[in-house]
Amino acid sequence: MTARIGVVTFPGSLDDRDAQRAIRLAGAQPIALWHGDTALRGVDAVILPGGFSYGDYLRGGAIARFAPVMETLVDAAKGGLPVLGICNGFQILCESHLLPGALTRNAHLHFRRRSQRLRVENTTSAFTGHFDAGQEIVIPVKNGEGRFVADERTLDALEAEGRVVVRYVDGNPSGAMRDIAGISNAAGNVVGMMPHPEHAVEALTGPSVDGLGLFTSVIAHLGQTAVGAGSS
Amino acid sequence: MTGIHEADRAENTFDELDTVDVASKTPDEHQPYAELGLRDDEYAKIRDILGRRPTGSELAMYSIMWSEHCSYKSSKVHLKKFSEKNPRTDRMLAGIGENAGVVQITDDLAVTFKVESHNHPSYVEPHQGAATGVGGIVRDILAMGARPVAVMDALRFGDAEHPDTKRVLPGVVSGISFYGNCLGLPNIGGEVVFDPSYQGNPLVNALSVGVLPVTRLQNKNASGVGNVVVLLGQKTGKDGIGGVSVLASATFEDGDTDNRPSVQVGDPFIEKLLIESCLEMYDAELVVGIQDLGGAGLTCALSETAAAAGMGMYVDLDRVPLREASMEAHEVLASESQERMLLIVAPEKLDDVLAVAAKWGVLATAIGQVTAPTSEGGGRLIINWHGQTVVDCPPGSLADDGPIYNRPMKEPNDRALIAADRAETLPRPSTDDELRATVLRMAGSPNLADKTWITEQYDNMVGGNTALSMPDDAGVLRLDNSGTVGSGPIGIALSTDGNGRFTRLDPYTGAQLALAEAYRNVAVTGATPIAASDCLNFGSPEDPHVMWQFAQAVEGLAEGCAQLNIPITGGNVSFYNQTGMTAIHPTPVVAVLGVLDDVRRRVPMGFTNDGDVIVLLGETYAELSGSEWAWSQHAHLGGIPPAVDLAGEQALAAVMKRAAEVEHVSAAHDLSDGGLAQALVESVLRNRVGARIKLPDHADPFVWLFAESTARALVCIPRGHEKAFGALCEEHDVPWTPLGIVDSSAGGIEVVDHFAISTAELAEASEGTLPGLFG
Repeated sequence: MTARIGVVTFPGSLDDRDAQRAIRLAGAQPIALWHGDTALRGVDAVILPGGFSYGDYLRGGAIARFAPVMETLVDAAKGGLPVLGICNGFQILCESHLLPGALTRNAHLHFRRRSQRLRVENTTSAFTGHFDAGQEIVIPVKNGEGRFVADERTLDALEAEGRVVVRYVDGNPSGAMRDIAGISNAAGNVVGMMPHPEHAVEALTGPSVDGLGLFTSVIAHLGQTAVGAGSS
Repeated sequence: MTGIHEADRAENTFDELDTVDVASKTPDEHQPYAELGLRDDEYAKIRDILGRRPTGSELAMYSIMWSEHCSYKSSKVHLKKFSEKNPRTDRMLAGIGENAGVVQITDDLAVTFKVESHNHPSYVEPHQGAATGVGGIVRDILAMGARPVAVMDALRFGDAEHPDTKRVLPGVVSGISFYGNCLGLPNIGGEVVFDPSYQGNPLVNALSVGVLPVTRLQNKNASGVGNVVVLLGQKTGKDGIGGVSVLASATFEDGDTDNRPSVQVGDPFIEKLLIESCLEMYDAELVVGIQDLGGAGLTCALSETAAAAGMGMYVDLDRVPLREASMEAHEVLASESQERMLLIVAPEKLDDVLAVAAKWGVLATAIGQVTAPTSEGGGRLIINWHGQTVVDCPPGSLADDGPIYNRPMKEPNDRALIAADRAETLPRPSTDDELRATVLRMAGSPNLADKTWITEQYDNMVGGNTALSMPDDAGVLRLDNSGTVGSGPIGIALSTDGNGRFTRLDPYTGAQLALAEAYRNVAVTGATPIAASDCLNFGSPEDPHVMWQFAQAVEGLAEGCAQLNIPITGGNVSFYNQTGMTAIHPTPVVAVLGVLDDVRRRVPMGFTNDGDVIVLLGETYAELSGSEWAWSQHAHLGGIPPAVDLAGEQALAAVMKRAAEVEHVSAAHDLSDGGLAQALVESVLRNRVGARIKLPDHADPFVWLFAESTARALVCIPRGHEKAFGALCEEHDVPWTPLGIVDSSAGGIEVVDHFAISTAELAEASEGTLPGLFG
């Protein structure tokens, strides 16, 4: 059965159609979810896409965490629903306390867009099973508030528990602490990352097709958990 | 004491509302028309049209609509040439005079694009000025029924080292970045040029392109008696008053708090909501007519929509949502608050329109209705304020019947002297070491240096359809309008170009060179150029020399488009780019649109595959006047610019189109600023893949490396395709010269028998300049 993956559209979402395209290219069915609607429409996983959710005048994701859709999503994520937050989506996951830490203004104070080399540090999350540990991939990064920060204890814990999912190599585009590009929750079903895997899914438009791996990973993950649920 | 006195006076002014009735009864009341920029005869003409003196609100409206900015009064007589000379085509669905030209590209799809200036605001307040420049052009595209899909920007600044450039450039770039990125529009190309002639008059020309199903084409006609006039978007505030309208400052004394900044403040989030809600309304066929609110705000939108339909309009101005209650009628009418659209809606569709607006959280307010034409033809625009009529005039007299001037023109006296001062006689590098050093110095000069410091502040990929973007020659987008995969591999290519130095030397030729370069940049990607748009940046039209330059440039451009067989679909004129008596270099910026039948065949600029044969297309002459070499190495500007060869450009485009289709070519880069040397530097640095070059035996290495002859490109031919490619060139009569091979073991550029430069050295020279100046 084709996996149904929801993409939440906030009024200021920008990369939502790109996330839908990536889902389709990976072989799943994208389902549009609306910020003002609490229904998750029976989706198997959810992508919170990039953009500026509600304008983000205050801070990226600060208002979006109060969106009706987030009420249901937070509970579902705590119950094991795979959720990937990309860029603004990562900011929303941190603001919602599904992930620790925060994303602050880049150290150099500019919006920065570039093709970024990353190292996949964790291959057990719901979105990284198709990568090899330590594999280097190229994914675009583009943001103005992408600098991951957390207190030392949190950072140490993230490292110790293997929850740093992707890390910047060959240059840190934002000044993120410990070169962290993406992290997961303890269970591994919630992942947030600043780089945009949905923009590395086609040779025509991306610097690579490495981003597709995140989407095929979650589809495979859903297949396994479905079998597991059925046999237990 | 003074403060109290002034407050009393302001109160009184408010009470004495200048209604149509009052104006009829007080014909001799002195009006500040001269302060508003109206001439004696223009004011007399207004009185003649109305049969009485205008009210304060009407005077404000006429002064804005009859300004140079809105009426094109100095340029109209020349711009006619575009329509007269435009090649006939069935592709044009909307042309000059519309919000933006629309070109059909398939049975079902059309593309609309336009360039517009936001020069003066960007100098006063670089961040907001540039940001709202992007916002304004995007609304023009939206008003045609299109989803905006990309932006580009052609920027010109003063000297790179000048302290004020350090204020203006970072602000302009952050404004474009802020607005475009938040709007979700990829920025796919543009230009950045430094020249002291733009000191104090930077040029910020923003382009937007949109895509629409041909059935969704919108118009600005306020047709249908009884249809409702709806204002959508931001509340109306006092921002943006005072640029064209100076009524506030004329009525009140100095130091008044009402003297708000004349630069508008933009909110891209609201614009994003405006885009989504308008598109949803178009698709549900809820809108009869639509017009964006830009320069001249409501005044322009109300009068143009009514005039376009030949109808009248009644507007209850009190219904306009205001940011502050103290605004007066003329301020509401003149405000240039951003992110607003005017919709004409059938009464039975009004509830649906309001529901879509509510869904996206955008304010929508019915402010009036369309009224029947009068017996003399055309309608009356009647505007009420506080229950009294403050405007009652024919809308066409505002929108269409502005003054037209055939201003005096004079060929500059120094033309012969400038032409005789040729760069071809300047001292040239004579040794291989000097040639090598010149290549490096030029690669690091601000105009030729790597622009990543700027372009990495722009999102070039949002939307997921960007196939090429800066520093490639043209921005190329896949048309994937529905957002689905596999709906069609068609692509569009866009480039903007201008060369103020060439145009300064010879405006007719310079304008054609800008057109030729934009055409060539589109062609080298494999696309077929199909249409052009322009943004004409000049000094004061009251200076006969400037007016002569303008007329020559328009003539050259119109003639060039006719020869290239691509129509001008619309454009924008920006006059008064001058400080005191010193005008900028005349700078027509030309945008050319091309189509790729299969976007997967688009040709990028960078060297990629070892062993590919590097071929120079076109003929190289000792043309150095106006060149980047003459300017950057000798601070010299004189002589005659390179010869235009439009037939050569067409032949080159034909070769590139065919070669791309059959994959004879793996990379291509046009030759322009900095000549062959700079093209090699850029092609090598793009992918960090080197090349080994051998110039022909007869070649003068200096001329071959630095001349800026036109109709040339550097192409890479995969092994095995050389013969077929050569035959293709001969078939189209395009001169071709094998120059060398792509060779990563060369470690950079090696010009055999002359010099070699490592990739690292090239990168250091090219990529350090902008961060050093602005980082």
